[in-house]
Amino acid sequence: MLEMLILLVCGSILVSGVLAVMLNNLMAAMVSAGLASLFAAASYVLLAAPDVAMAEAAIGSGLATLIFLYAIRKTSGDVTDE
Amino acid sequence: MRRVFILLVVAGFGVIFAGLVAGYGERQTLSALATFYLTEVPADLGAANVVTGILISFRGFDTLGEVAVLFMVAASVGVILASEPGDKPLLLPAIGGKGQGPSELVRNGAEVVLPLIFLFGTYVIMNGHLSAGGGFQGGAVVASGVMLMMLAYPTGPLHHGFLSITEALAGVFYVSIGILGMVLGGGFLDSHILPRGDFGTLISAGAIPLISILLGIKVGAELSVIIDRFRS
Repeated sequence: MLEMLILLVCGSILVSGVLAVMLNNLMAAMVSAGLASLFAAASYVLLAAPDVAMAEAAIGSGLATLIFLYAIRKTSGDVTDE
Repeated sequence: MRRVFILLVVAGFGVIFAGLVAGYGERQTLSALATFYLTEVPADLGAANVVTGILISFRGFDTLGEVAVLFMVAASVGVILASEPGDKPLLLPAIGGKGQGPSELVRNGAEVVLPLIFLFGTYVIMNGHLSAGGGFQGGAVVASGVMLMMLAYPTGPLHHGFLSITEALAGVFYVSIGILGMVLGGGFLDSHILPRGDFGTLISAGAIPLISILLGIKVGAELSVIIDRFRS
């Protein structure tokens, strides 16, 4: 049961990571990258490492995503990259 | 030609990782080092949370290095994104056009959630030696609260100078406690300079809670400075 859950979460990390690379809309890609980080945090909790999960959730999916958001705003590349 | 090369590199990585995965077997017993940590941290340091005990005491110098790296990042971000004093901060709503203020949803939500986030961050920092978390994690939580505050109140009362001074003072005290450990205890950042106290209570585990609090303040202020730089 736990293995299935871990596999599911790891699959979600993969899917959102690939989406972050493939999506043309920069905003959506950024959210997807943050989602990959959030799933990684969930997998750390499942693997009994809550200390690491806390740092990953706060920095990886919170602060890093916001910094990307600011960067996108500053370069005014709102929608596409092509 | 280039594609073939890239493919070769990727295939090489694949071979390396395939070897790692194939040779992986889960340990059924603890290694000698893990056994040492698991017995020694609660007995010698008096910390119920082994991870924080290791991070702040046995590997305290490592943690100081991590914080120094974070400081370097904040400084270099400041150099690269140095802004004119007259520049207005970017008014950044979560969604919406440029130049608009934050949306109703963000502002009202922040009023409800912000105290909880700060309370949780403080809790994580203070209880680092008892439950999961510690200075670094709690500081990151506090910084994400500051981030929400900056989103909700773009012209808010947060001063750059205040953050910098807080961060610098926390760093100075951190190193001072480390040197105090050299004078009174057994070495740099030794946590035995304060009494060990009762195992499992809030004020226990020697200097670990104190170092944890300073670490939390420093990390929180540093990350907030980085975000603040990106904003302006």
